[in-house]
Amino acid sequence: MLPSELKPEHFGSYPKDARKLATDYLTVLRELPLSFVPELLREVIDYDYKFPAEQTSLKKELANLGHLSDSERRDWLEGFRSITLSPNLERFDWINSPAQFVEQLSAHLWTTHQLDAFRVAATKYADRLQAAVPAEEPKCPRLGITVIGEGVDFYEAPLFRKLRPHGAYFSRVVPDNGLKILLDAVSERAKNYSGSYAHWYIDGGEAAGHDPALTAVSYGELEPMRSALLERMHFELQKPGMGPEMLRTLMAQMHPADLSVKSSADPVLDRFAVKLLTEGSGTQIFSTSFAQWAAREALRRAQPVTLLVRFAPRQRQKPMSEMLRPSAERPELDPVGSLVDGDIGAYYNWLNQQRLPGAEKASFLAWFEGHNIAALIGPTVPRGTESSAPTDMKQLLSWIL
Amino acid sequence: MTRLEEFSRQISRTRREFLRDATGIALGTAALGSRFARAAALPKNKKVVVITFGGGARDQETFAPEGQENVPNMLRDLIPRSTFFTQVVNHGILGHYVATASLATGAYETVNNFASLPPENPTVFEYYRKELRRPSSDAWVVAPSNGFNRIGESSHRSYGAGLGARVILPKHLLAAALSSGHPDYAHLLRDNYETPYFTPELAGGEFELQQLEDLLKLSVTDFKSHAETLSSPDELSVYIARQLMRQVAPSLLWITMHDIDIAHAGTYSLYVDGIRRTDRLCAEMWKIIESEPEYQGKTTLLILPDFGRDADDDPGGNGFQHHRTGDPLSRTTWLMAIGPGIREGLVHDRPVDSLDLVPTIGSMMGFSAAMSQGKPIAEIL
Repeated sequence: MLPSELKPEHFGSYPKDARKLATDYLTVLRELPLSFVPELLREVIDYDYKFPAEQTSLKKELANLGHLSDSERRDWLEGFRSITLSPNLERFDWINSPAQFVEQLSAHLWTTHQLDAFRVAATKYADRLQAAVPAEEPKCPRLGITVIGEGVDFYEAPLFRKLRPHGAYFSRVVPDNGLKILLDAVSERAKNYSGSYAHWYIDGGEAAGHDPALTAVSYGELEPMRSALLERMHFELQKPGMGPEMLRTLMAQMHPADLSVKSSADPVLDRFAVKLLTEGSGTQIFSTSFAQWAAREALRRAQPVTLLVRFAPRQRQKPMSEMLRPSAERPELDPVGSLVDGDIGAYYNWLNQQRLPGAEKASFLAWFEGHNIAALIGPTVPRGTESSAPTDMKQLLSWIL
Repeated sequence: MTRLEEFSRQISRTRREFLRDATGIALGTAALGSRFARAAALPKNKKVVVITFGGGARDQETFAPEGQENVPNMLRDLIPRSTFFTQVVNHGILGHYVATASLATGAYETVNNFASLPPENPTVFEYYRKELRRPSSDAWVVAPSNGFNRIGESSHRSYGAGLGARVILPKHLLAAALSSGHPDYAHLLRDNYETPYFTPELAGGEFELQQLEDLLKLSVTDFKSHAETLSSPDELSVYIARQLMRQVAPSLLWITMHDIDIAHAGTYSLYVDGIRRTDRLCAEMWKIIESEPEYQGKTTLLILPDFGRDADDDPGGNGFQHHRTGDPLSRTTWLMAIGPGIREGLVHDRPVDSLDLVPTIGSMMGFSAAMSQGKPIAEIL
């Protein structure tokens, strides 16, 4: 089936708001090439469970496509129209399973050596969309905070090497009450600049006490969901013919109810948590991977103005020699390895924050928990500088808030 | 010039400058000598060992200034003795099995990365054995990932059945040696980091447990005992490769490393640990070559990654974790060649295609690779 044949009844299985959105823009969808429209429908079908920032962006994108003249639309999407699809893809139920279509499209693009052409088309489209419909500036300058190294008593190698060129490095920070001061600062911002899903706290371990106004996700809290997911994966893999693609498809379709986990009062956040575990790689096993991926997805999707991420020790990867000696003990933790994971995670958190609107006004603080080392980035912080003068967390925050 | 070409050139310049600073090597374009003189110096019964520096490592964790701490053995022991190519571009599918199959056939394969399927084009092992009439004992593959069990022999109707390499999957052997009652038996087989819960079906001419003793002169007990002292599947591969070199001495040996691909789990520290281990194992392999009488003085060692990983600044990826974007950093790698007749301490910037490996091996060993899409690399012939 081709997009030009779309009718309102084709969206009958979509959730309520998604169905309305699709039918509102049916005329536009009919004009789009098949190599493009399922990617858009993948967003539309999840509309009811999207964060406000995502919903706004999606509506603006559809509206923009609707405002383009026929010739403009052809020009914008020319690169996508030149992509050749297989008969199998054309026959696929891309309306009801757009995510699965996109997975198969990706494999097809690699196999037929069209991936580079698709990348060019996608990049060109995204650049034009950004120029035509600029993303909204945040209500206040963004603040990112990343805390790493919980449980590490001593570490000699340099930290925050990738962040240092972009700001100042401090080597004599008084660590007392550091985490509480940071959580209080985040809470204060939530009071001053209220907004749904605007202020986040992500913890790779058990969440510390925090203001309920914050959107909070923690690895510890999701333990029942993780266990249920791992059990389900093992169960599915016993079935004849189950392969990696089928398993990935199955996981991508999972909802909170599939994992027998009691839903919270926030179905959008529940769905977000399920996706972290079903779409993230390594998030089911390593808490550091979870914290980094959760931060990436929160920034990309919810576009918060405040994000505090705390990395906690992950389980140690067993060397082969230990795998050969059976043990019923719980896996040991690897605090130092987790510190290294958190160090690159802090850099990625900053990179992902800087991809959002308002980057030039945004600030970022990375701290080695319980220790004297921190890196600070902000519009007024001199780049590539170092300070060995005594300071504390409140003073660091005062320079960027 | 395409964006990929431009970026690949930038990467190669960075590698060259760093290598020059770190090791004092010279730019190769000005130092090409007489091919005939080098050919005259080549020994008879030449052997070739290929190591794929897998699965997927980036510049900033290897040959860029900030990555040098992770590859001290290659910098100190191997690069000064090698000819190094800074710009090897992989234009194919960036999945480890299909990319390694492409390296082994010299043609961009499109087989399903996660299926137990043979390459569609003839492999370097088939060219070698068919044209030079070599026995099956003379071409071997050692690979830690069970997904690589079909890499030794293609489905091509003019080659294929009975003409490929023997394949050893050391982890599979170990799992068999431990018996299925072992609690971590299943874990041992789940070695595909891209899809960690997938265990491929084994099929084809893989090495059987009972042949450990017959061919490698290694008892199951000794094998198990030694395995207990090792920390990773790649270490087990090198251990098996050494036994193979001592007892069988194949002329064409292909070793696929895979530890680095733990990066898919998103743990940077484990990814870097994998690079450091692979660096150490590559240097160890060269020491084995230099110390084994059957290999000493007549073996060319070729080391190259199958591909890189995604760049930090590509919003479509998640940095080091995957190789999904197809961006230039994930496609651009390097090649190191060491051995008799190979000029030492040279670096070449010109673009080389990863498909050039097979025809180059063909020229080194005296067979054609008729269906390969690559070209022999003249600088190391």
